[in-house]
Amino acid sequence: MSPVNVLEISGLTVDLPSEDGDNRILHGVDLTLQPGRIHGLAGESGSGKTMTGLAVLGLLPGGARTGGRIRLNGTDLLALGPRQLGELRGREMSMVFQDPSTSLHPMLSIGHQLTDHVRHHLKLDRRAAKRKAAELLGQVRIPNPAEALGRYPHQFSGGMRQRIAVAIALACEPKVLIADEPTTALDVTVQAGVLRLLRGLCDDLGLAVLLVTHDLGVMSAIADTVSVMRHGLVVETGPRGRVLTEPRHEYTRTLLDALPGRSTV
Amino acid sequence: MTPPAPLLSIDDLVVQYRRPGAPPTRAVAGVSLQVRAGEVVGLVGESGCGKSTLARAVCGLTAAKEGAITFDGTPVGPLRVRRRDPALTAVQMVFQDPYGSLNPRRRVGAQIADGIRTAAGRGEAGGAGGTPTPADYLTRVGLPASAAQRYPQEFSGGQRQRIAIARALAARPRLLVGDEPISALDASAQLQVATLMRSLAVESGAGLLFISHDLSVVRLIADRIAVMYLGRIVETGATAEVWDNPRHPYTRALLAAVPQPDGAGHLPAELPGDVPDPAAPPSGCRFHPRCPAVFDGCDREEPQLIAGGVACRLYAA
Repeated sequence: MSPVNVLEISGLTVDLPSEDGDNRILHGVDLTLQPGRIHGLAGESGSGKTMTGLAVLGLLPGGARTGGRIRLNGTDLLALGPRQLGELRGREMSMVFQDPSTSLHPMLSIGHQLTDHVRHHLKLDRRAAKRKAAELLGQVRIPNPAEALGRYPHQFSGGMRQRIAVAIALACEPKVLIADEPTTALDVTVQAGVLRLLRGLCDDLGLAVLLVTHDLGVMSAIADTVSVMRHGLVVETGPRGRVLTEPRHEYTRTLLDALPGRSTV
Repeated sequence: MTPPAPLLSIDDLVVQYRRPGAPPTRAVAGVSLQVRAGEVVGLVGESGCGKSTLARAVCGLTAAKEGAITFDGTPVGPLRVRRRDPALTAVQMVFQDPYGSLNPRRRVGAQIADGIRTAAGRGEAGGAGGTPTPADYLTRVGLPASAAQRYPQEFSGGQRQRIAIARALAARPRLLVGDEPISALDASAQLQVATLMRSLAVESGAGLLFISHDLSVVRLIADRIAVMYLGRIVETGATAEVWDNPRHPYTRALLAAVPQPDGAGHLPAELPGDVPDPAAPPSGCRFHPRCPAVFDGCDREEPQLIAGGVACRLYAA
């Protein structure tokens, strides 16, 4: 596969305002995403991995100042206004967050949330939108999609809700998916299913995925490339197998050594 | 080590919830479990398996329908309007959500002082160095003493959970119960808080019942592990033994689903099907509809936990 970069982040800096002047959160992050590949971003909390994802989506907290470049198929996202970015978000790139019970609207049926989304972005009529919505639910393997459309988030289990969140994210056939700790809130048995789903969608649809997770096991299961962040910088990037078995950076080694039962493996 | 009498003894506990117009749901359907002093017992299982209900019953927050819970010889009954039996204040709980379990309108120090007073009420005021202060407990959980003057909202989730632990410790518990105490925390704070709970409990000779759905953390901190499925314990044993040689098909499935950070790119095994509705559990073995090793009779006979620590007909004599 030729390594065409759908998304290219170079020299990304983010400053957040604080009481004593600006606080630099990202110190020049470089990262690329390719179609059909999952790029895992690891690191402890506060390392800037979530901020990197939010910067791509243009969802940084108010007052944040950015530097460097984020190119989506050649377009510099940091140069776009909120309106133009809003057009791309949801359509060209979308996201899945950690907690499926707060990212879905509790009072609206699944069908409502899905069809709203596709009608807005894809300009479909009601009937076509409904068909599309059922098709999406089938794609993320929700049993009985047509019937599921009439149900509400609380009527689904956590794993099913996360699948629905993935369906919404995929509705407009985005090129890029940012998944921030997508399985952290789930039971391991359910997590296994969602990981398989993400890997399958990535392979079948040629989706480029940025997978933000602290869990190196999750990383090892589905990421192709792994980057490790610390203090707002990427300290190491490489193929999954290499980074996880022969880490070159001291910090990556520390992360791996800290894993439970690592010594007995 | 000859096992002393268990600190906490749960015998054939049944806890059920009633819903209008529906048969009662047995969230805990006959569970026996012991925790000894200085021992860390990890209780694991998928969400909805009844592990939190069990924790609540141990603390008297939910009434038992059948069976008994005994803490150091005292039966644990449901908490009512009156204050708890002083003997039972030696059981302390750390809840899942430190945003909800701390009072937002009282200073951290005052909330920890509640715990100190509780211990004093049992006549266990202090150690060698006189009565401890809130600051002492804050230091033990790795927070600055000055935190006592501040309010909960000034702290991050991980710090708040440390405060909740400090408050529980201040009551000088002999049994600490953690109900998913780390699941609301940021990933990197999870392991720190879990190991902190273990070391503080073991140091003071207390028992710890640690409930979590995170197997890798439980593996790290528990001496003994109990696996729960749909209201029943299906397997129990020393952590290393269960981990290295899981016997119950459900335990096997759980462990196989944990992704390994070996860089090999293996997708973890999926356990097909959903957890059934606890209000209408399957007949016979509750796991049989999802079990890969199911055989004739599993849908009729409910296996009991045998001496070897597994409840499965594969191992029946």
